Amino acid sequence: MAIAVLLIVLVIGTLAFHFVAPSAGWTFTELASNWSQIDTTIDITFWVTGFVFVAINLFMAYAIIKYRASKGGKATYDPENKKLEWWLTVLTSIGVAAMLTPGLFVWGDFVTVPDDAMEIEANGQQWHWTYRLPGNDGQFGDVKAELITSQNPFGMDPEDPLGRDDVLVLNPSVHLPVNVPVKVNLRSKDVLHNFTVTQFRVKMDLVPGMETYLWFTPTVTGSYEVLCEELCGIAHHTMRGEVVIDEQADFDAWLAEQPTFEETLNPILGNAQVGAAQYAVCTACHGQQGEGIKALNAPKISGQEPWYLRRQLKNYKAGRRGVHEDDIYGQQMAPMASTLIDDAAIENVIAHIQTFPDNPAPATVQGDVVRGERIYAVCSYCHGSEAQGIQAINAPRMAGMTDWYLASQLQNFRSGIRGGHPQDFYGKQMGFMGRNLQTDEQINDVIAYINSL
Amino acid sequence: MAYVSIADRDHEIEHHDPETFITKYIWSQDHKVIAIQYGGLAILIGLVGMIMSSMFRLQLGFPDTFAFINPENYYQLVTIHGMIMVIYLLTALFLGGFGNYLIPLMCGSRDMVFPFMNMLSVWVYAVSVIILVVSFFVPGGATGAGWTLYPPQAISPGTPGTDWGILLMLISLAVFIVAFTMGGLNYVTTVLQARCKGMTLMRMPLSVWAIFVATILGLLAFPALLVAAIMMMLDRTLETSFFMPAILQAGEVSNYSGGSPVLFQHLFWFFGHPEVYIVALPAFGLVSDILSTHARKNIFGYRMMVWAILAIGGLSFIVWAHHMYVSGMNPYFGFFFATTTLIIAVPTAIKVYNWVLTLWQGNIHLRAPMLFAIGFIFTFTHGGLSGLFLGNVTIDLPLSDTYFVVAHFHMVMGVSPVLVVFGAIYHWYPKMTGRMYNETMAKWHFWLTFLGTYSLYLPMHYVGFLGLPRRYFSMGDTAFMPESAVTLNTSMSISALIIAATQVLFLYNIIVSLKKGEKAGPNPWKATSLEWQTPSPPKHGNWGHSLPEVHRWAYDYSVPGQEEDYIPQTVPATDVPVGRDHGVDH
Amino acid sequence: MYLTLIFLGVIMATVITWLLRQTLNTQPWVSQPADDAVTGVSINTNTKTVALTVFLTVATSIFALFISAYTIRMEEPDWRPVAEPVLLWFNTAVLILASIAYHWTRNAAVSGVQGRLKPGLFVSGALTILFLVGQLVAWQQLNAAGYYVERNVANSFFYLLTAVHGLHMLGGMWVWARSTIRVWSGADADSVRLSIELCTVYWHFLLLVWIVLFGVLLST
Repeated sequence: MAIAVLLIVLVIGTLAFHFVAPSAGWTFTELASNWSQIDTTIDITFWVTGFVFVAINLFMAYAIIKYRASKGGKATYDPENKKLEWWLTVLTSIGVAAMLTPGLFVWGDFVTVPDDAMEIEANGQQWHWTYRLPGNDGQFGDVKAELITSQNPFGMDPEDPLGRDDVLVLNPSVHLPVNVPVKVNLRSKDVLHNFTVTQFRVKMDLVPGMETYLWFTPTVTGSYEVLCEELCGIAHHTMRGEVVIDEQADFDAWLAEQPTFEETLNPILGNAQVGAAQYAVCTACHGQQGEGIKALNAPKISGQEPWYLRRQLKNYKAGRRGVHEDDIYGQQMAPMASTLIDDAAIENVIAHIQTFPDNPAPATVQGDVVRGERIYAVCSYCHGSEAQGIQAINAPRMAGMTDWYLASQLQNFRSGIRGGHPQDFYGKQMGFMGRNLQTDEQINDVIAYINSL
Repeated sequence: MAYVSIADRDHEIEHHDPETFITKYIWSQDHKVIAIQYGGLAILIGLVGMIMSSMFRLQLGFPDTFAFINPENYYQLVTIHGMIMVIYLLTALFLGGFGNYLIPLMCGSRDMVFPFMNMLSVWVYAVSVIILVVSFFVPGGATGAGWTLYPPQAISPGTPGTDWGILLMLISLAVFIVAFTMGGLNYVTTVLQARCKGMTLMRMPLSVWAIFVATILGLLAFPALLVAAIMMMLDRTLETSFFMPAILQAGEVSNYSGGSPVLFQHLFWFFGHPEVYIVALPAFGLVSDILSTHARKNIFGYRMMVWAILAIGGLSFIVWAHHMYVSGMNPYFGFFFATTTLIIAVPTAIKVYNWVLTLWQGNIHLRAPMLFAIGFIFTFTHGGLSGLFLGNVTIDLPLSDTYFVVAHFHMVMGVSPVLVVFGAIYHWYPKMTGRMYNETMAKWHFWLTFLGTYSLYLPMHYVGFLGLPRRYFSMGDTAFMPESAVTLNTSMSISALIIAATQVLFLYNIIVSLKKGEKAGPNPWKATSLEWQTPSPPKHGNWGHSLPEVHRWAYDYSVPGQEEDYIPQTVPATDVPVGRDHGVDH
Repeated sequence: MYLTLIFLGVIMATVITWLLRQTLNTQPWVSQPADDAVTGVSINTNTKTVALTVFLTVATSIFALFISAYTIRMEEPDWRPVAEPVLLWFNTAVLILASIAYHWTRNAAVSGVQGRLKPGLFVSGALTILFLVGQLVAWQQLNAAGYYVERNVANSFFYLLTAVHGLHMLGGMWVWARSTIRVWSGADADSVRLSIELCTVYWHFLLLVWIVLFGVLLST
C-alpha cells in the first residue's frame, strides 16, 4: 500500500521538479544559435515520454491499491489478451514515430552544411584549443602531423600555397561574426576531444587522423565557453576555450590582428645585445644574471624557457596578470613589463635572459619528499617527470627554479589570485589543478620533491 | 527418439556426492555452489565498485575539499567503477550467479551438462577479478581511460595507467571473456539439452528464457571486445597501428600512423550495446517471475514476452552506433541507427505493459521481493524513456557526453538491474539457504535504496540538460552554470553516500539470516516453478532418485476452481479436478 | 562490420527457424495431453556436439570480427599490401591433407576399424604440426623480407590473423593429444569415437576459416 502511495507521490514530485527546475536554472541554457529545432524536438519528446511515464506509473499504483492481497482474495486467471497487446503495440509505435520523424528531419539539416557557410578550423590537443581560418583565398592549406614542431604547431605544409595566408589563432579564443552560418572543421593532434558550446546545442568529436565537422549560425553576440566533452586525459576538465560572437565590424577588426602562417614563418628574432640595455630595469629585482632575489620577491628567470617568459610578459602587459588586488608582487611587475614597448623589445630582453648561466636556485622550502612524490604524480602529466616543462602542454619548467616562488604561486593559483583573469587561459588551467593542493604542507611536500629532481 | 533424461541417458555425469570440504565448497562442481561462488565474488567486487563511486562522488559533490582525491585517481576510480559494475558485477552475477543457480533447477536437470568446465569458469572469473584489482597496485596505477577505453587516449601519455594499468585491464577482460565463454557454453547447452521430461520451450519460466538469450548475446558480442582488446594490446606493446593514427604524444611525434580510433569504437560498441541487454534481459526475466509469484497471477502475455526477449536480443546487434552519433563516424549512419534504436523501444515497452498488466486483477502480496520488482518497473520506465531522448540522434547532440547520459544509463542499467538483483536475492534466498531473510530489514533496505537512487538520479538528468559534462574532475566557475547547480551536485553526492551506507543493511540481513533466519521449507512463496518443488536448499543432484516431470507451464496461479492459488509444474493435468481448459480463451 | 552483420544475420535466421519448428506458437497455459510425451531434449543429438556447435559459432564470430576490422582498416591510405610467401600455398595443401586424414580416421572410428586409428591420428597430427611449422617459417620469411609486424598495419594484420588461427589449431591439438594418448594406451574405437568425430568437425572448420583468411589476405 505504501508503495502505491509512494509511486503517486514520486510521479507528482517528478512533474513538480520538472516544472520548477527551470526557475532554479536547472534546464537548457539560453539558445544562442539557429538550432531551435533541436529544442522543439526535445519538447515533443518530453510530452510523449512524460505522458507514458505518468500513465504507466499511475496505472500501476492504482492496480496495487485495487488488487492488493486480501483475505480470500484471488487473482483473475488471464493468460493473454491479443487485442489489447496489439493496440498497445500500435499506439507505442505511433508515439515512437512521432518522436523519431522530426528528429530525422533535424538531423538531415545538421549533416547538410549551407553553401554560404564560412569555414573555420578548431584544433584540439591536450589540453587546449587553437584555431585556423582560411584567409583571403577561402581555402585551408594542407597539414601533416609529422610536420608539427613548436615553431609550426599546426603542422602546416610550407610548400602548400593555399596555406600561406591561413590565419592562425594561437590561443583558445576565437571570434565569429553573428548571424553568419559557420562550418567548424575539427582536427585533433593527439587524442579524441569534443567541441561543445552548450548554448549552440551542437557538438562533435575531434578524431586524430581525420577531419570532422559541425555547423551552426550564432544568433546572439557575446562570449561562450568551449568545453571538451570527450575524455582526453587527466586534465580533460581544464580544456576550455572561448567563442566570441561579434558584430561583423568587430569581427573584421579582430581578424586583422591575427597573424597569418606566412607571418609566423618569419618570427621576430630577439637581439641579446639590445636586450641587455632593456634588462637593466630588471636587474634591480631579478639580479644581474636573472638568478632572482628572494628579499625582493623576484623569482629566478634564467633557464626558464623563452615561450613561457614571453607569455607571462605579455600577460602582465595586457593586464591578464598582476591585476588581482591581493597580488601585491604581481602588481609591482605589471608596470615593469609595460616598459617593454613592443614585441621586438620583449624578444630582445628574452634573448638576453637566454645568455645567462642556468645555476639551480638554492632549496629553501622544507617538506616530505615521499609524500611530495605522490602528489607530483599528477603534476608530471604536464610538467614532465623531471619537472623540465613541456611546451606542447603549455607547462613551464619548475626544476631548478626558485622554490619559494613556486610555493607562493601555488598558493595564488589555489586562492584564485593568479589564473582568475578570463583571458589567462593557461593560468586558469593551473588554477583547476592548484585547488587540489589544499594545505600549505602539501605545497611544501611537492616542492621538496621538485627540489630533489 | 524416445525421451531419456540427460542424466540417466548414458551416465555421462556421475553424481557422486562430494565428500571433503574442499570438493564441497571450493573446487565444487555443483552448479548451486558455483552459483554462490560466482554471486558472492561478484557482490564483493561490486562493493568495491560502490565504494569507488562514493569516493568520486565526494569530489563531485564537494569539489576541492578532499585532497586525497586528485585528478589522477579520480579518473582511475571512475574507470574501474564503470568496468566493475557493468562486467564484473552485473554480467557475472546475472549469468554466472543466477544463471548457474536457476537454469538446472528451473529446467529440471541435475546439474549443468559440463560441471567441470563450470567450475573452471568461476575460477577463471576469479583470476580476472584478481588481475583487475592488482592493476591498482602496479607502477602508474590502474587505467584512467574511462570504461570505454577509447584509443588513442587509453594508451597515450596524459592518461593515468598507460604503463601497466591498461595492459592488465585488457588482460583481465580477455580472461573474463574466457570465463564467460566456458560458462556460456554450459548455460546454452544445458537449456537446449538437459530439460526434464515435459519441459517444452514454451513451458520454461521467463527467467530461463531471458538468461538463455542473454547468454547467446554474450557469446556473440564478447568476441568483439576480445578482438578490440587484442588489437589495442598490440598497439600498446608492439606499436602496431590498428587504432593509432599519426599523433603527438606529450608533444613528440609518435611512431604510429594511419590507424582508426573510430574502428575501435565500432568494435567496442558492437560488444557494448548487446552488453546492455546481457545485463537487462536477465533482469527482465527474473522480475517477471517475481511479479507473477507475488501477484499470485500468471504472467500476462507470456508468448509476447518470449517474442519480445528474442526481438530485443536480435535488435540489440544493430543499434550499436547510437553510442557514436557524435564520434565523427559518417553522419549519415545516424539516420539508420536512430531508427533501429527507437524501434527497439517497442518490444521493450510491451514488456513494461505486460508487467503492469500482470499486477492488474492480481492478488498482490507486497513482500520485499515484490517491492523491489515494482521499484524496478518505475526506474526502468524512467530510464527507458530517457533513452528515447538519447537514441533520437538530434537530441543526442546537446545531451551526449553530459550528465544526462550518466543519469540515463544508471537508471536503466544500474539502478534497475540492481533492484532486480536485490529482489531476486530475497526471493530465492529461502531456496538457496533454507532460511528466511528478515522482512523488516529487507523493506527498509528497499525504501532507502529506491528513494535514495531516485533522489540521486532524477536531478542528475537536469544538470545534464544544463550541459554539465560527464567525466569532469571539477567544473570550476562557468558562466552558464548557476550556483544552485552546485547545490544540486552536493545533494546528489549525499544521496549516493546514503545509498552506499544502506547496503550494510542488506549484507547484515543476508549474513545473519543464514543462522538466525526462520526455517523456510521447500516452497515458502507457494510458487509453481520446478526449483520450489525440491527441498531448500536442494541436495547435490537436485531431484533425489528420479527427475521431475513437467505437465504445465510455470504460471498456473489462481487457476479458477482450484482450492490452492497455485499448481506446481509437476502436477499432471489429470490430478486437477477441474477441466484441462481453464476456461480462458481470448 | 558488414561481414559480421551478415554472419549474425545467418545465426539469427538459424535460431528463428529452429525456434519456429519448436513449440513456440502453442498456448502453453492450455494443457496439451500430447505434452506428456514430449521429450525434454530439443535437439536430437549429442550434448558435446551441441556444445561444439555453439563454440564454433563463437569462434566464427571472432574471425568475422577480425576480418571486418581488416576490411575497415584497409580503407585508410597508409595500407601497404603484404607479398604473401608462396609457402602459404604449400601450408594450405598440408592443412587440407590433415583435414582429409582426420576424416579418414573418423570413418575408421565410426565403423570400428581399430587398426586404422593409430596411423590415422598419427598422420593427422603430423600434418597439422607441419602446417603450424610452415606458418612459422612463413613468418620468418616475411620478417626476413622486411615486413616487420609494426612497419605497416597490413603486416600487423597478417601476423595477427595467422596467429589467431594457429592458436585455434593448437587448441585442437590438445584434444588430438588426449585421444591419441588414449588410443595408444589401448582404448577401443568406440570410446574415442566421439572425441575424434568432434575433432574432425573442428579441423574442417579451421580449414574453412583458413581458406577464407587466405583468400582475404591474397585478394588485398
